Amino acid sequence: MAEAITQLDIDRSVGDFSYPEQHAYDAGIGLTKDTIHYICDVKGEADWIREFRLKALETFEKKELPTHWATEDLKAINFDKIRYYLANAQRSNKSWEDVPEDVKQTFERLGIPEQERKFLAGVEAQFDSESVYSNIKKAVGEQGVIFVGSTEGLMQHPEIFRKWFGKIIPTGDNKFSALNSAVFSGGSFIYIPPGVKVKHPLQAYFRINAENFGQFERTLIIADEGSEVMYMEGCTAPKFDTATLHSAVVELVALKGAKIQYVTVQNWSSNVFNLVTKRAIAHEEAEVRWIDCNIGSRLTMKYPGVVLKGRKARGEVISIALASNGQHQDTGAKMIHAADETTSNIVSKSISVGSGRSSYRGLVHVPRHLKNCKNNTECDALLINPTSRTDTYPAITVRGTGNTTQHEASVSQVSAEQIFYMQQRGLSEAEAMSLSVNGFVNDLVREFPMEYSVELKRLIDLEMEGSVG
Amino acid sequence: MSTGIALTHAMSSPDRAENSSPAAGAVPDWFEALQAEGRQRFESLPMPTRRNEAWRFTDLKEVDLTPYGAAKPLPESEWKPLVARSKELEKTAGRMVFANDVLVEREILSESLRQKGVIWKPLDQAAIDHPELFRKHFMAHGAALGSEKFAALHQASVRSGTFLYVPRGVTIDLPIEVFHWLSGENASTFPHTLLIAEANSKVTLIDYFLAADPEAPGLSIGVNDLHLAEGAQLNYICLQEWSSRARAFQINNTVVAANATAKSLNVNLGGAYARTESLSKLMGEGARSDMLSVTVAKGEQEFDQRTLQDHYAPGAYSDLLYKNSLDDRARTIFAGLIKVELGAHRTDAYQKVRNLMLSDEAEANSAPGLEILADDVRCTHGATAGEIDREELFYLAARGIGRDQAQRLIVHGFLKEAINRLEDPAIIDLLARRVAKKFGVSV
Repeated sequence: MAEAITQLDIDRSVGDFSYPEQHAYDAGIGLTKDTIHYICDVKGEADWIREFRLKALETFEKKELPTHWATEDLKAINFDKIRYYLANAQRSNKSWEDVPEDVKQTFERLGIPEQERKFLAGVEAQFDSESVYSNIKKAVGEQGVIFVGSTEGLMQHPEIFRKWFGKIIPTGDNKFSALNSAVFSGGSFIYIPPGVKVKHPLQAYFRINAENFGQFERTLIIADEGSEVMYMEGCTAPKFDTATLHSAVVELVALKGAKIQYVTVQNWSSNVFNLVTKRAIAHEEAEVRWIDCNIGSRLTMKYPGVVLKGRKARGEVISIALASNGQHQDTGAKMIHAADETTSNIVSKSISVGSGRSSYRGLVHVPRHLKNCKNNTECDALLINPTSRTDTYPAITVRGTGNTTQHEASVSQVSAEQIFYMQQRGLSEAEAMSLSVNGFVNDLVREFPMEYSVELKRLIDLEMEGSVG
Repeated sequence: MSTGIALTHAMSSPDRAENSSPAAGAVPDWFEALQAEGRQRFESLPMPTRRNEAWRFTDLKEVDLTPYGAAKPLPESEWKPLVARSKELEKTAGRMVFANDVLVEREILSESLRQKGVIWKPLDQAAIDHPELFRKHFMAHGAALGSEKFAALHQASVRSGTFLYVPRGVTIDLPIEVFHWLSGENASTFPHTLLIAEANSKVTLIDYFLAADPEAPGLSIGVNDLHLAEGAQLNYICLQEWSSRARAFQINNTVVAANATAKSLNVNLGGAYARTESLSKLMGEGARSDMLSVTVAKGEQEFDQRTLQDHYAPGAYSDLLYKNSLDDRARTIFAGLIKVELGAHRTDAYQKVRNLMLSDEAEANSAPGLEILADDVRCTHGATAGEIDREELFYLAARGIGRDQAQRLIVHGFLKEAINRLEDPAIIDLLARRVAKKFGVSV
């Protein structure tokens, strides 16, 4: 059965579009100090931000690519041929009417119904780096929630954001966090005041719409004591011929008793390098959940982490990865236990199709003198074709008694019997395969918000459609 | 990077028992060339660094060869008492005793086995008598798990060891025992075991690594080449009791052909820093490799275990079970990989490491990995770390067994699970006693 599924024609029509590009600001190709001065001047940034960027550039240039553990494919990135900043002239729009017609068309092509949009609490649609549309529901604003872009956040609310900016993920954390720190633009800076429970998820859509254009958004979410928020990001990208780079940094701060859920559906086109650093800090009794689904890109490297800093803090990573022909989904999780009675849970499921490769990389750290910490890690991999590949690379360090960690991983495939059984009942091979794969990830898909789980199921169907026959 | 080891000697040694040792100068030219090449490679290869994933978690301060020099051959008055201590099993098919890499005692195989074509010789003699077999298998698989430099030093410095050839269809019922003693301050030893089990043969070999002085600092860099032809069956056991201040590097390469079964068990008790790198290559359909390990880590000991279950052929089976108990400020590292190469479909592979934490200062690092390049495989791995179940302690306390004794019994039971995977009751009993001794329990 498996031999029949070697060719995978992914229908990317959903994200396959482009519009005439009108970029008022363009930092040009390549990265030098001038690029950074250009970005700072255009954005009108304070001197300390300029210094922060310049220092980050130095760090970026000093750091080597992590190819001693990561894939050699990283060497295919030509940092000199990337555009590091590109922006439209438009300022953020507050009402739907102000949104340019071609941006509206973009939403149309995405298939987001008008009806659904109305229910979204706030939509931050990022169109080439800068927010062109921002519709924070009035009620959220009245609750004192701040929901702005990165430069706006740092310039208008330094007392809130500067304290945590670059603290959870320092510039020098890795080469790509340094790159992001040098050239970041766009992204969301969010502050939830104490006790505020944001009922509707905050949401952002991302786009890449210029050849060789990398996106370097920067997100910082601070949930003050006892507050709750869910943030969702989803992305599809137009198809391009040459590789593009996407390198975001996302920092989350959950103060005492706060809850943050961060949901990502990643579906970049298959020429994108998606190298993302995501980390949260969870204070006492706080809870952070990363819910992550990776379907697109050429190479994704992303290991959302939680530093469990306060007693009874809880961290969770739910991860789904689908690697099709030519794709490498290198995803995982990091859990740093730094206080007593902290618990963490990692559930990862990956599917490799055709020549696709999915890797799980994990890190669990329980240092000495902590008590009653618990970690549970489960990784399951599904292989569809003989040429598919999967890897698991966890690393667990435990010191002392009184803590328990367990890691389990398994690799399996869709059984021929299962497919045969379903075919006997009138399903096509493709439908049967799709059903099996959806069954494999079903318990995780349910963790996603409704609108996403529907979209996810559809995306998996799309991906599996070409995998048979 | 230079080290304090100035080992210029080739394989020759004046002071031997029996008729086994070749005359000085009889070492073949090709072997001398091999040693020179090893020396060269050792000197040109870099020492491991932080960036080297194969040395992740390792305390690199431990990987320092500067204090050590060549071991001196012992006078009879010193090796005689060691020989007297070199008997563990009641019934064996044969026995060799090495002291500082010099063969000092040998109990020869029965005449009937010799007539069947079994060759069992010290390594240096085998290099002279069986150059073809030797050259084909000696260090044929390098050091795949990080210790290339140390393997090169072994190649440059090896003086003797075991050479065992079991011909097609021959069964050696009783186990063979080989003792390697290290004696002297900062002395170094380079034990080697080269074992060729031809088709459908069957053999059990036990290596004992022992210290004349349980507290003398020393260095051991050992290599095993275990080759199993089709349908061969091998039990290999290594009981490591180097001194509490020794550094030890052990490279185990096992190659398993179709329908052959290799079962290996490492019992790690001694050493300040002891690293073992175990590679199992599954080369034919129906091949099977069981990789077992028991580690009792106490004091400041660091045990650094790296494994690779490398499946080249479809339809092979491998199963790894490593059990560590950690007390005091001890550290353990387990980094294992199941690799299913392209085309190795229907692979069935397991990997399990369990750490039992007995102290607040102990540290267990686990990195169980999978790399799967084929489909239709069944691979699982698991790693756990935890402490003794309070209910178990309570159960034993309710029966009048004190907390300390209860804890020791539970730990012993935990470790014995891996030992019990061997079949020979005499060997199981022996190993269980040696493990228990480190705890101070009697069983």
